[in-house]
Amino acid sequence: MTIFSPRSLAEALQVIHEHPTARLLAGGTDTMVEINFRHFEPTDIISLRYVTELQAFADQGHNFRVGAAIPYKEFENGSYAHVSRALSEAARTVGSPQIRAAGTIGGNLGTCSPAGDTLPVLSALDAQVELASVNGVRTLSIHDFMLGVKRNARAANEIISAIHIPNIDGYQGYAKVGVRNAMVISIASACLVHDPKNKRVALALGAVGPTIIRCRDSEVWLGENADLSTSAPLSPEVLEEFARRVSSEARPITDHRSTAEYRTHAVGVLAQRLLKRAMQ
Amino acid sequence: MSTSSEIYSLRINGKEQHVKDSWIGESLLYVLRERLGFMGAKGACEQGECGSCTVLINNDAVCSCLVMAASAIDTDITTVEGLSTQENPTDIQQAFVTEGAVQCGFCTPGLIVAVHHLLESNPSPSEIEVKEALSGNICRCTGYGRIFSAVQLVISQREKSVS
Amino acid sequence: MSTRTTSKQRDVLGVSALRPDGIAKTQGTFSFSSDYTADNMLWGATLRSPHPYARIISIDISEAIKIAGVETVLLASDVPGKATYGLISSDQPVFASEFVRYMGESIAAVAADHPETCRRALDAIVVHYEVLTPLTSIEDALNPNTPSIHPDGNVFRHQHILHGDASATGDLVVEGEYEIGMQDQAFLGLEAALAYPDSDGKGVELVVATQWLHEDQKQIADCLGMPKEKVRLQLGGVGGAFGAREDISLQVHTCLLALRTKRPVKMQYTREESFFGHVHRHPGVIALKHHVTSEGRIVKIEGTMKLDGGAYASTSSAVLINGVTHIQGPYKCANAVFDGYAVRTNNPPCGAMRGFGVVQACFAHEGQMDKIAKAVGKSPVEVRLLNAMEKGDTLITGQPVESVAPVARCIRETDALPLPAPLSQSTETMGLPGGSGRTSELHNIKRGIGWGVSIKNLMYSEGFDDSAEARCTLADGVATLKFATAEVGQGFVILAQQIARTILGVDVVVLDRIDTEIGSAGSTSASRQTWMSGGAVDGACRLVRERLFEHVAHTHGLDPLQLVIEDTDIVDTMGPLRISVSEASKGLKIAQTFLHQHRKTEELDENGQGNCHVAFAFVAHRAVVDVDVELGLVKVVQIATAQDVGRSLNPLALLGQIEGGIAQGLGLAVMEEIIVQNGIVKNPSFTDYLLPTALDAPDVLFIPIEEPDPQAPLGAKGVGEPPCISVTPAIVAAIRDATGVDLKRTPVRPQDICL
Repeated sequence: MTIFSPRSLAEALQVIHEHPTARLLAGGTDTMVEINFRHFEPTDIISLRYVTELQAFADQGHNFRVGAAIPYKEFENGSYAHVSRALSEAARTVGSPQIRAAGTIGGNLGTCSPAGDTLPVLSALDAQVELASVNGVRTLSIHDFMLGVKRNARAANEIISAIHIPNIDGYQGYAKVGVRNAMVISIASACLVHDPKNKRVALALGAVGPTIIRCRDSEVWLGENADLSTSAPLSPEVLEEFARRVSSEARPITDHRSTAEYRTHAVGVLAQRLLKRAMQ
Repeated sequence: MSTSSEIYSLRINGKEQHVKDSWIGESLLYVLRERLGFMGAKGACEQGECGSCTVLINNDAVCSCLVMAASAIDTDITTVEGLSTQENPTDIQQAFVTEGAVQCGFCTPGLIVAVHHLLESNPSPSEIEVKEALSGNICRCTGYGRIFSAVQLVISQREKSVS
Repeated sequence: MSTRTTSKQRDVLGVSALRPDGIAKTQGTFSFSSDYTADNMLWGATLRSPHPYARIISIDISEAIKIAGVETVLLASDVPGKATYGLISSDQPVFASEFVRYMGESIAAVAADHPETCRRALDAIVVHYEVLTPLTSIEDALNPNTPSIHPDGNVFRHQHILHGDASATGDLVVEGEYEIGMQDQAFLGLEAALAYPDSDGKGVELVVATQWLHEDQKQIADCLGMPKEKVRLQLGGVGGAFGAREDISLQVHTCLLALRTKRPVKMQYTREESFFGHVHRHPGVIALKHHVTSEGRIVKIEGTMKLDGGAYASTSSAVLINGVTHIQGPYKCANAVFDGYAVRTNNPPCGAMRGFGVVQACFAHEGQMDKIAKAVGKSPVEVRLLNAMEKGDTLITGQPVESVAPVARCIRETDALPLPAPLSQSTETMGLPGGSGRTSELHNIKRGIGWGVSIKNLMYSEGFDDSAEARCTLADGVATLKFATAEVGQGFVILAQQIARTILGVDVVVLDRIDTEIGSAGSTSASRQTWMSGGAVDGACRLVRERLFEHVAHTHGLDPLQLVIEDTDIVDTMGPLRISVSEASKGLKIAQTFLHQHRKTEELDENGQGNCHVAFAFVAHRAVVDVDVELGLVKVVQIATAQDVGRSLNPLALLGQIEGGIAQGLGLAVMEEIIVQNGIVKNPSFTDYLLPTALDAPDVLFIPIEEPDPQAPLGAKGVGEPPCISVTPAIVAAIRDATGVDLKRTPVRPQDICL
């Protein structure tokens, strides 16, 4: 049992190459819960705290490259709050201020929970996930990265090094339903991105399926039934039909947090409200 | 424990503290309390949902139950014990008592650290900013009213002393 | 609406004196029970059943005991004394041996060198179960054909109430059914204890967070097979209680492990374990039928209350009596036919929680009051004022409410408090329903107003021999107080000092260690310690003052009856003598012990008649809520309340109780519930058992109603429970008002509103 604290990405990649079963530790806000509740018994740990490359940020014009170990608070109201308004809104709903100071966007991807708050945003924005290994760097679409409940496409010897977030001109927003006014796990969430230049709306749902659901059918329908080149208000009929279609794309379960019926209803309401906010 | 292998040191309230014979899964909260005797951080949920164990790491308020202790090497850790001396409580600590923000007191050290952090980064937060900043610290006794009063008292006292 | 006293007067009764332990608590130096450690200490842990109901076929500890660092593993056969414990009826095994009757029941305990070693040892214990079908519904438990899951049967208690004329009728009948979910006390300071074995192995000392040292002592001694005096308890700092520390949890286990290993042993529950380690608030269903006049006056109530007590008795029978005897609410009611049942199931055991049966009753009777109001075309306030109980009125047990009963005043003064500003564009999204989720906008929100009014008994009932003891020692101007009263956060330590300062004219009041070296103070529950332990401290201080006056009178040739305390001086009312208490007590040591007892109460007869309660307090709550109707999300905006407190002894501490109780009642209204499906607890963590956060806290407006109770030693009524009782129905009524949905159940879930 060893904890490795590499000081560079190269060093970290070498360690994980040699110890492919090691657990990567960034903010610790998921891993430590697993350890404290005995759902995970740590053997080798690679702490990413001192890998400065993972904190790097670059504005590349058409997109932003954000280091995977950047904590939520930087997107909420810190240095990178300008990257994406939806990401900022989503970051603000993650756990508590304490969690947002420690937890990272890469950690959210690594855990890949269907209720992960930043994931619908990354999905709606068609973000790219950058994965590094000793063999080099590959970039995967977020849609190919997220595979299922807490399952993703990261290979055992890879580290999520960065996320490429497109810089889209237009409304983007995130909304989340929880039973408490703060510090609550999402029982349904949605992110809507309006891209007037490309005449499209993207919508992704959280906590209503095994992983994030991108509502392709509803998006297409909306493109065919509304003028998305502007943000002129839409008719109530279009809004309601959009909500109905979004609800039908959800695949929620009933558990102790909520019912499938409520979640189905809630994502429709959220989608409609976000669309209204976009088109006004 | 027999399976231990870790020896490391942590910088707590400005002083190096050596940790021996620890188990790798130990949280910073456990190491602070059970190995190093810093009893000010309290454990009440083990999952970052109550804030009782709040400490500062490199001036960020975080839940020490969610920090793997061995990963916190080379950071500056400040616990509630590092905020004041016994004889000289801070204005925040004094205000908590004056305003009745302490009942059972179990959440109090975590709240003190959180309020300290809030007012360092934002000396004049609005009412709703205070509530949001403290939304990760559960208090079961007070219903928060006296805590808000204590924070307001500190804000106004500090504003007065500046002007 | 704070009533703070800020002048620099002495910290006597009536002043907002500050906590003596306050600064230590802010600095993290106050020792909670979990903060104690000892040299050579071992950690203890408990093996718990994963099944709600199963027969234990075998338990194999052989692998566990082999693990390096494991010192001992204990089973039921290792319990030297009584095999069971319980507050009212001793029906819960120290360790299960034949059957496990709820998920989380204790089976074994281990002691080892590290908490992680303990956890591995627990994993290594092999238990073979024959899993049985759990009994999980109240109706099944009441069915006489259901096999008993415990030798004592499936019904803890049935209480029938017949009062007045059973055939009386009114002009209208208003019916309703109500359901209450299982709430957790969720104190923050988890169960923890440290046991030190005596070197001769014949006794043990236990530092523990509890509500009642002497009751623990009795039950522990019985299970250890030791005389009581060999089991010495000291109160470790208590991180909240709210009823959950009245029953035994880890006390016996910790002592057993320490005695077996001959080393100090510390046990400390995790949050998950805490959900299984203590009792909860009873879930239940209440059916009520009110016969009323066309004007809205209550003529008769009929109905049933059924509470799920879970696997073991705890205080179920007492909770039930509190529920049924308060079912009329704070209203006049001449006739009643009512039946209450508390049953045993394979669900988690339920017992004491702040409000103790009255929370359930109040949720039902207040729902009914709003239905009556609607039926007769009156406002919620009008119908409550019309029926408001007054001094001399009787409960449906026939017991007269003899002391002050300012029900109408509570309602009127609450009604007079200002309403919050209406929602406006300037309201921040964070303050709307949904909070940080940014779900709602102004046009999604409807505002509602609701009312709740309640009556709560104070102290124990049904003939319980209830007393509290305290000792006061005066020496050289310093008073030292000794009592076994559990300080759980409520602030008795402040009050005790205020009493001594007031009675004795001293400024320095030292509080001795809280332990079993003095007689029992009874439990810190039932809103009783201000009255009971307050009365004991008051009595002891008065006895000391008498001795002091005698001494001074003797020295100066005066009649002691001429002497009084004025601030910090002894003053002769008939002459010029004025001498400071510190000077007068120089070189003296006066020690006096006082036992305070309240008036006797009676048991109920077969028709539920009898003077079973000691005293009552009343409170009114008005809730204002904003509801996102489409999503079913709620933000409680404001709670206005006026409470009958008798006399405000410490306005700041009083306000703290009011606001804190309201937050707990809010939790039960909109978010707090232990979800149990088929005997399995689904949410034993703070991720899924949600407590109100700072962003959920409403503004609170509070008016204390001060009509000193002549029965109360200090004129003050207990204030701990009333704040959390009628606030829940008030909030739910406000949600009904905003949405028009007939909500029958609390907590209200989003889908209850919008689907």
